[in-house]
Order: sequence, then C-alpha cells, then structure tokens
Amino acid sequence: MNIQSCVEVRNEWDIVKARQEGRNIAKELGFGSVDQARITTAISELARNIYLYAGKGRIEISNLDSSGKIGLRIIASDDGPGIKDIRKVMEDGFTTSGGLGAGLPGVKRLMDEFSIDSKENEGTEIITTKWLR
Amino acid sequence: MDKLIIQMFNKNRQEIFNRWMEEMESIREDHRLQNISDKAYKDTNVEFFNIIFAHLERNEYKANDELTDFAEKLFQLGWRLSYLTQGLQNFRRIILSVLFDTEKSSTKVFDMFDEIDRWIDPIINQLINESAKNWENTVSIQKVALQELSAPLIPVFENISVMPLIGTIDTERAKLIMENLLTGVIKHRSQVILIDITGVPVVDTMVAHHIIQASEAVRLVGAQCILVGIRPEIAQTIVNLGIDLGQFPTKSTLYKGMQSALEMTKRKITETE
Repeated sequence: MNIQSCVEVRNEWDIVKARQEGRNIAKELGFGSVDQARITTAISELARNIYLYAGKGRIEISNLDSSGKIGLRIIASDDGPGIKDIRKVMEDGFTTSGGLGAGLPGVKRLMDEFSIDSKENEGTEIITTKWLR
Repeated sequence: MDKLIIQMFNKNRQEIFNRWMEEMESIREDHRLQNISDKAYKDTNVEFFNIIFAHLERNEYKANDELTDFAEKLFQLGWRLSYLTQGLQNFRRIILSVLFDTEKSSTKVFDMFDEIDRWIDPIINQLINESAKNWENTVSIQKVALQELSAPLIPVFENISVMPLIGTIDTERAKLIMENLLTGVIKHRSQVILIDITGVPVVDTMVAHHIIQASEAVRLVGAQCILVGIRPEIAQTIVNLGIDLGQFPTKSTLYKGMQSALEMTKRKITETE
C-alpha cells in the first residue's frame, strides 16, 4: 500500500480538491466511469462530514495491490468531537445538521468495504475500499 | 545610510554585480524560470540589480515606485515572488561579505550590518505585501466573475425557463441558486423550470439536498421544477446514496425535459408544412 495523496480538509474548496485527487487516482487505476463517480461521491461525502462536524481533518487516498487484486482505499480521519452513536449514524435518514442523512450509509453502499472507528472527543477514522473488478 | 558604506559599494560595484549575477544564475531553476530565454533572464537580472543599486545610493528606506512597478511587471509575467525576495537576500549576503573584506574593525562592521538590515527588510516586506495584494485582487475579481456565472435563469419560452448548472455547487452557490430561482419565477412568470445538471461533476447528498429544497420552494410559489441532464453514472450514485428524488419529475436530457414542459403548459412543437 502506498499513499498517493493526502489532502488536508479545512474549507469547502478542499472538498473539491480531495475528490479531484480521488477521481484522478481512480482513473489511473483503471476504474470505469460509474465507479469513478462512486469514488468521487464517497470522498465528497466523507470530506464534507469532516468539514461540517470536525472543522478540519484529512483525506488519504492510496492504492492497494493484494494478491493481484487492485483497489483504492480512502482514509478519512479527524480529531473532532467524535460520533456518539455509530449505529444511529449508519441508519438512513438520521441527521443532526438538517441534511438528508444519507451520507455515511450512502458511502457504505457506494464502496465495497467500510469500517468506522470513533471515540467521543477524540476523533473519527473511516476506512473504506473499492476493488477493481 | 552611512555615506561611507555607499562609497564603498560604489567602489566595489562591479564585483558585487558579478557575484550577484552568478548567484542568480544558480538559483534560476528554483524559481521555475528555465523556460525563459537566457537573454531575457539576464536582462531582467541586470534591471533588477540596477534598481536595487540605485535604491541603495538614494538612501531610501522604502521600496520606491520604480521597484514596485518592476515587481508588478514580473508578477504579471508569472514570475514568482521568491525570485525577488531571494534576489534581495543574495544582494544582502554579497554586500555583507564585501563589507567584511574591506572593513576590519568589528564594532563598525556590526553597525553597518545593522544599517543594511534596516534598509533591506522593509523593502522585502513591501514586496511581499505588494504580491499578497496582487493575489487578493485576482481572487476577489475571480470570485465576482464566478458569482456572475453562478446560477443564471434563462427564460426560453413563455412560462418556461431553464437554469443550467455547471461546475461544483458549494453552500454559497446553492443559496444563489435558490434566490435566482425564486426571483426568476416571479419575474418571468414561469410555470415550469428546467434545472440542467449535465455540467455538475458530483451529485452528493448536499447537492441533492439543495436541489430538493430549491424545487420545494419553487413549488410553494406555484411553479414546477424538472431535473434534467442526469448522466447514467450520476443516476447510479444517487440510487446508491439512497436519495429519494421520487417527489419531482426528472428527465435524461434537456430536450426531453423541454418536451414535457411544453406538454405541461399545453403546447407542442410541430413541423411547418
């Protein structure tokens, strides 16, 4: 695994930067246009969550190559307030900011693997992977 | 500045010049200036040197118009601020070493050192300010330009308007879209509005949320929105995200949207005989 790109998310324009990087790497790895759109949308959701709830954090994008399988991994991490009830944020329609509440469950459906780790007042780390088929 | 210092510099002008030019040549690649012709680079260096030197002789403690004009010209040509600051820093280093070679008394050297620092730092600061102002200016102009392009509502037929959206939608733009939609609906007495998202690269939950809110607001003032220009990959991500767009009509292309908008206002396009 090698990190291809790391974007610090501090303002709304960093979200655009992060997903641009994601799209480029996805294209390089050979993902089709639908998967490129899925990956960029997932990055957009994760980066926006960082911007909205934690204020600042980072998005790391790396490529994976495990026994011939090629994949793209996104790690979104922040030192923000953390998530109180992880089960709840993974439910469709749950929101604390008046949005649609489709972000995190949506990311899980857009990608192939998804894990979330969060401690209150310490921060959140989300790792998600898409495999090339 | 001390007359003696200036005199000494004048005496050693050629040597300072040669050493400075050599230094500037060695840092050329750091400032990504390799693709500028050798002659242009040399001429600019000579001009820069003459300006600094004239400045020194005139004994000014502020960057004068000549220097700021020169800086502005370079910024416009795309040269970097670091070229100017490093040029000045090299100049300081060289005149100090010339100074140490000629003046042996250590207290005097220290005074001169202090004097030169006081002379050169305000100039560097002013150049940095100038460049920052330059950037701020560009950014604010582009912001205005972007805002003008942001969310136009175009009346196409009687009662039918189109809003083509191109590029990323952020919160500020989403607000403008909403405002322009509502004022446009009233102003043009539109009944149907086509929102075209062909040019929106990513439709995530925030963008969808804003579009849903905008169309809901449009419904409240008595018109209806049709979302058009949904590319296949965007359709798939919207489904994956689980966004419910069942509430309002969507069409794949602007053409199809226009057809149903005409139908809704009881008209259709026919060929003439």
